Amino acid sequence: MLSFVLRRVVQSVVVMLGVAMIAFSLFTYVGDPITNLVGIQTSDAKRAELRETLGLNDPPPVQFVRFVGRALHFQFGISYQQKRKVVDIIAERLPATLELSMLSVILALGLGVPMGVYTALHRDSWLSHLMLSLSLVGVSLPTFLIGITLIFVFAVQLNLLPSFGRGEVVHLGFWTTGLLTASGLKSTIMPAITLALFQMTLIMRLVRSEMIEVLRSDYIRFGRARGLTNRAVHFGHALKNTLVPVITITGLQLGSIIAFAIITETVFQWPGLGLMFIQAINEVDIPVMSAYLLLIACFFVIINLVVDLLYFAVDPRLRVARPTAVGG
Amino acid sequence: MIAAVVGFRSEPLRRPTEAPRVPHEGRKIVTRLLTSLIGIVALTAFMTAASPGEAKTFRFAFQGDVASMDPYALAENFSTAFHHNIHEPLVRYDAKMKLEPSLATSWEIVNPTTWCFHLRKGVKFHNGSKFDADDVLFSLKRAQSEGSDMASYVHSIVEARKIDPYTVDLVTEKPDPILANEIATWYMMDKEWAEANGAVEPVNLGKNRENYATLHANGTGPFKLVSREPGVRTVLEVNNDWWDKPNQKFNVTKVVFTPIGSDATRTAALLSGELDMMYPAPVQDVKRINASGVARVMQGPEFRTIFLGMDQERDELLYSSVKGKNPLKDKRVRQAFYQAIDIEAIRTKVMRGAATPAGLMVSPGINGFDPALNDRLPYDPEKSKQLLAEAGYPKGFDIQLDCPNDRYVNDEQICQAVVAMLARIGVNVNLLAQTKSKFFQKLKRHDVSFYLLGWIPDDLDSGSVISNLMVPPAEGGLAWNGGGYGNPRITELSKLIATEVDPKKRQAMISECFKILKDDVGYIPLHQQALSWGVRKGVHVVQRPDNALHYWYITID
Repeated sequence: MLSFVLRRVVQSVVVMLGVAMIAFSLFTYVGDPITNLVGIQTSDAKRAELRETLGLNDPPPVQFVRFVGRALHFQFGISYQQKRKVVDIIAERLPATLELSMLSVILALGLGVPMGVYTALHRDSWLSHLMLSLSLVGVSLPTFLIGITLIFVFAVQLNLLPSFGRGEVVHLGFWTTGLLTASGLKSTIMPAITLALFQMTLIMRLVRSEMIEVLRSDYIRFGRARGLTNRAVHFGHALKNTLVPVITITGLQLGSIIAFAIITETVFQWPGLGLMFIQAINEVDIPVMSAYLLLIACFFVIINLVVDLLYFAVDPRLRVARPTAVGG
Repeated sequence: MIAAVVGFRSEPLRRPTEAPRVPHEGRKIVTRLLTSLIGIVALTAFMTAASPGEAKTFRFAFQGDVASMDPYALAENFSTAFHHNIHEPLVRYDAKMKLEPSLATSWEIVNPTTWCFHLRKGVKFHNGSKFDADDVLFSLKRAQSEGSDMASYVHSIVEARKIDPYTVDLVTEKPDPILANEIATWYMMDKEWAEANGAVEPVNLGKNRENYATLHANGTGPFKLVSREPGVRTVLEVNNDWWDKPNQKFNVTKVVFTPIGSDATRTAALLSGELDMMYPAPVQDVKRINASGVARVMQGPEFRTIFLGMDQERDELLYSSVKGKNPLKDKRVRQAFYQAIDIEAIRTKVMRGAATPAGLMVSPGINGFDPALNDRLPYDPEKSKQLLAEAGYPKGFDIQLDCPNDRYVNDEQICQAVVAMLARIGVNVNLLAQTKSKFFQKLKRHDVSFYLLGWIPDDLDSGSVISNLMVPPAEGGLAWNGGGYGNPRITELSKLIATEVDPKKRQAMISECFKILKDDVGYIPLHQQALSWGVRKGVHVVQRPDNALHYWYITID
């Protein structure tokens, strides 16, 4: 067990370094940060001087080593654009993104799993057909379009929900939450639905196909032969076994929800990490971009680790197989 | 109904609508009573709404955020306009873009290199400390320090001398005819406040240290900073002690600014009534906004001129099929390009009417603009073909056009139109549209053959347009002259213009420069794009051609 965790940690460090390196080599192609740092009539001499002080003239490997060295001390420097510590900016934006992602995951699971179960058990009912065809919409429509459509209907036409922002937030120490105020809750509804829709469809379809598969297996037939109730067969045995892959997928999707909330955050002007990243790209704010990419890589690595451990805990077969594999 | 009469945002008025829980008997009388009551309430509310004492919140969105609360952090239009609401210069532009006294009540030129400014007495910063000559001296030092981006506004000043607490002499190295224009964007900061909070210098990125002034502000202006959440929300509140408040007619008491990057969301937020104003209103949404009945788009010419530049310095173009020579060095080829452009088509189709065709490199309203020279060469593709044939390219040639795609209104679409128009005269243009950071990097290295650029002079004067764009770098010009255009006479005049104090003589020199440029076809001016502000019905704002939004001109019904 310990050796397994250690091995994963070492792998994670390699992954993080890889991400940092790829990110860094990309930065040479995003453009010159100096053009966004100064006004149009700032002299060329001053621009050159600024480039030198920022170390942008050093060869990329040197810049990379310097970056990694500082990152080890949690120093990500000062944002070129906002002129504030990157760590502070991220700390400020993180709650918004995490809150939105968590809500979306809860929404996706809360609706996706029951819908998947229903469509698997009642394959020919009209409701199942409706859910399946609606889920196609969820998969095929781009997030941007879903967001804008929601805004158009619920904000512009019906005037029910706010079209942008996070509403009033409450400060709880370092954390800010919009879930404790009316305007905050209202603001959360549309972004959460937009972000959850794709995941919900995915989970629903996954649960459905897994469930259909499991229902065909021998032990379910034995269960029925033993005279177990439908309820016990469906929820006690079938669903339980269906959930193993669902946990894996949900875990992985959580990472991508956090990382790819970018579009949803842009559409709703949601003040989270994704929006921060987009703004940083536009302004070539390298310190913010690199810190963000590293953070996201870190999220993925941690989530993967947790998922692996969960899998280990959930599936007894793995626990049995492990010692022989190590021994042999 | 009531809501429709008084505007649905006045909260206390909602109550009467909840009232009609009446017993059956005498319903008619009650209803009648109620209607008249509602009428009275509505009327009084209407009257109080018009009175100046009521709180009026102005909520607006722009596509980006202010870089910093430090007014010296970035010399970019939106930021400088925003800061003017909190901080004030010695001399400012009024709603009609005329210079008028601000923190200086009057000024005179003592000798060609010395300007004397008499400061306004009794002005206080938001924290209550007094404004005087020491603050001017401090502000100059701060504006000229390393992390400041204000250098282009105060570049000519070598010294500020305190004559008495309310008189300051600004000394320039050489005579500076437009000093007053230049310092209209240099805002006064409080010396004591900056010293007490360790904000004596703006953030210097090289030093890796933060600064109090990045998130806090203390000016003399009409609005005070209440809260600042970068990228999320910035809230200002009216400064009731503002020296100019009695003279200005505005009723805004609170301002909430949110940056909204997505065009569609910005439009939706305006139409849903969550914003009182937003800009820029996307060109494609103008019709929809105007048809909505809840908001309108205010369009007006902007000072920025959009133009095409051509490489005239290299002996062989970097991006072209012609080898061994540079076709753009031939005036006939440049003119052929110019006359192949159907500016009317660009104005009506690409810009949907939101542009004013330009023949000059500066727009009307910029100091030095000469209406006699603002005609364009006529659109004449046949003439263009003929000129190309004369120049030795009867079958045309290939060339690359570099273009930003996120900087100006429909910049990439303009370039696509140019590609199509030049194809008609046989010139095969390969378009490279890219993000502004990439584009400007390429342009400043002169790594372009043919490009699109827009220019608005910081000081609203033609002199800087000439020195920035028409003097080749080899002769002391700047990197912005991406094609290296030059003419010995313009170089010579440029130096004279910088120090000529007689407005008439100066205008003659500027006009001569523009005339030469036109004869040389050194650039191809295209148009001034239109400003496009989406404003909710019942909100009145003043739109200046420099795109500055000032809250002390805003009234809300």
